[in-house]
Amino acid sequence: MASPLIRCFSKVGRQVSRPWSVCQHGLRNRSTQPDMSAEQAAALGVSYPPLQTYSEEEGMMRDAVNKFAQERLAPFVSKMDENSLMDPEVINSLFEQGLMGIEIDPEYGGTGSTFFSSILVIEELAKVDASVAVLCDIQNTLINTLFTKLGTAAQKERYLSRLSTDMVGSFCLSEAESGSDAFSLKTRADKHGDYYVINGSKMWISNAEQAGVFLVMANVDPSAGHRGISCFIVDRDTEGLQIGKKENKLGLRASSTCPLNLDNIKVPEKNVLGQIGHGYKYAIGMLNEGRIGIAAQMLGLAQGCFDQAVPYTRQRVQFGKRIFDFQAIQHHIYRVFCNVFQAMQHQIAHVATQIEAARLLTYNAARLKEAGRPFIKEACMAKYFTSEVATLTTSKCIEWMGGVGFTKDYPVEKYYRDCKIGTIYEGTTNIQLSTMAKFIDKEYDH
Amino acid sequence: MSPASVFVCLSLTLLSDYPVIRVKPDHSGVVTDGVKHSMNPFCEIAVEEAVKLKEKKFIKEVVAVSCGPTQVTETIRTALAMGCDRGIHVEVSGKDYEAMGPLQIAKIFAALAKKEEASLVILGKQAIDDDCNQTGQMTAALLDWPQGTFASEVTIDGEKVKVVREIDGGLETIKISMPAVLTADLRLNTPRYATLPNIMKAKKKKIANMKPADLGVDMVSRVEVLRVDEPPTRLAGVKVETVDDLVAKLKANGTI
Repeated sequence: MASPLIRCFSKVGRQVSRPWSVCQHGLRNRSTQPDMSAEQAAALGVSYPPLQTYSEEEGMMRDAVNKFAQERLAPFVSKMDENSLMDPEVINSLFEQGLMGIEIDPEYGGTGSTFFSSILVIEELAKVDASVAVLCDIQNTLINTLFTKLGTAAQKERYLSRLSTDMVGSFCLSEAESGSDAFSLKTRADKHGDYYVINGSKMWISNAEQAGVFLVMANVDPSAGHRGISCFIVDRDTEGLQIGKKENKLGLRASSTCPLNLDNIKVPEKNVLGQIGHGYKYAIGMLNEGRIGIAAQMLGLAQGCFDQAVPYTRQRVQFGKRIFDFQAIQHHIYRVFCNVFQAMQHQIAHVATQIEAARLLTYNAARLKEAGRPFIKEACMAKYFTSEVATLTTSKCIEWMGGVGFTKDYPVEKYYRDCKIGTIYEGTTNIQLSTMAKFIDKEYDH
Repeated sequence: MSPASVFVCLSLTLLSDYPVIRVKPDHSGVVTDGVKHSMNPFCEIAVEEAVKLKEKKFIKEVVAVSCGPTQVTETIRTALAMGCDRGIHVEVSGKDYEAMGPLQIAKIFAALAKKEEASLVILGKQAIDDDCNQTGQMTAALLDWPQGTFASEVTIDGEKVKVVREIDGGLETIKISMPAVLTADLRLNTPRYATLPNIMKAKKKKIANMKPADLGVDMVSRVEVLRVDEPPTRLAGVKVETVDDLVAKLKANGTI
């Protein structure tokens, strides 16, 4: 049920007034075209519609989440960032809206929708808050996917219905000594009869404060190298599992990132997800998909920031003109001052182009994956490019807003801080580029 | 005895965002191409009320109805996603749609309500693009049913409906017999968000198609729009120091 947030209409109902603070100018879907559904495109006889064509279901989902994010999530954002704490009400409302089990089968209480819908959802959430988007992204693209693809009937029964309704999951791969070099992880799982004893520690684990279940990657046979890595389902209340203090981060502060200590944890055999020794394959496969989710997050972040800054440039007047309009004025006297502004329109247009390109890369990678076609190189490109675009966009948006952009009263500085992690997590930019290079190299093999 | 079905009649309106709405150069109307349309906010409140009544088991079925071009099916789907059971789309497009006004819509809704034997017809009090505030009242008159307009609270009491109405003087409570027409005002409820699982369920719900002619309604408009103009730009005010100055200024410009 909708929370008591009141949607206010003005006295004659002619303007739908904006329920959040004056600074936020409305994170509406700013596409210039009214969206066309796949059905409409087909009716027009367009057999290869543009990438921004959505099925009716996808369109409705995106609009629903857009509204929900702007109206119900927006009021929490700045407090969560300041206190570095995700409000439980936010998490509850995500579950209520069905956003945490987008691809999960309705038989387990999920929404039963598609990967592309998840991408649109993450993008819309990120326009408002990248931390909330990442919580939703990890749940949908990493945790749910692993359980759905690899879970036994019993495991799915036990976990999927909870993951779609009230339980957050965490994915535990990285360690203090193994980030990019993920498979040199040291956490060990020793077999004792019908259970495993896991020892080690994990670092940089997102959602750890809220998670009810942890998917822990541990090595059952270090002599086999990465072929010993396996995936274990560890419940939060398992004895010996200690969740450390969360990191005090530059950005994505509302998303809890904690170290984990695994001290002689006993995990029954039935809690092995998939096959022993195949963990590295699962991790790679799943991170390839998760990459597109992160691309969607960075895309939403860039768009959301842009949507905040441009209205300001249209309102702010200097030298008798909107700063948006500044072009080079012929008048000699003003030339010195105008040079500062003359590229303003061009800068804005340039950034808009980058965001559009990032969007097309992301959507295309998602559609390729859905079509069952090779998508890894494209997914890397999407993640790499969108994180770079997010960095550029947020940086420029602060500049365009001038002094006020630099203060915490306006939302743009948060986007700037949040975007930095985009080039780092779920595969650093360097890793993405190396992966792409490997694919490109192979393409020229014959 | 619980009423059989409730009709919620929806309007598709321009999402009014005043920087975007422009008057056409020929002053015949407002530019609608490329402007985002969505469900009228008061109609959302109407849908919410109907779905709430169903959840409280006062009614068995909620039917969402709307008149207009194909775009309108999206609005009906949103209503389905909020909890309506089925939809009816009355197709009106082209010139008929441009000329369509409250009277034509009321005729359609009245004909449908009679045909489907609805017990309650709930509408938004007015559409935010034309602010007519007529369709509900006209529908009730055509059906010769009692009406509870500007409802800020609705309670079903056996065969009657208790409606608290927002009026200029405050609040008025009336009791009317069903079948009846209600129009929803702002404070009636807070519409729910369509959750994603409900959006998926809505895909399977049926939307029936029909034309005004099927209902024996003629769409000819008896109203001709002569001209549409933007409101005059607001002029700056003038500050005065004393009451005498104020009186002098008002006298000078002929106000008093």
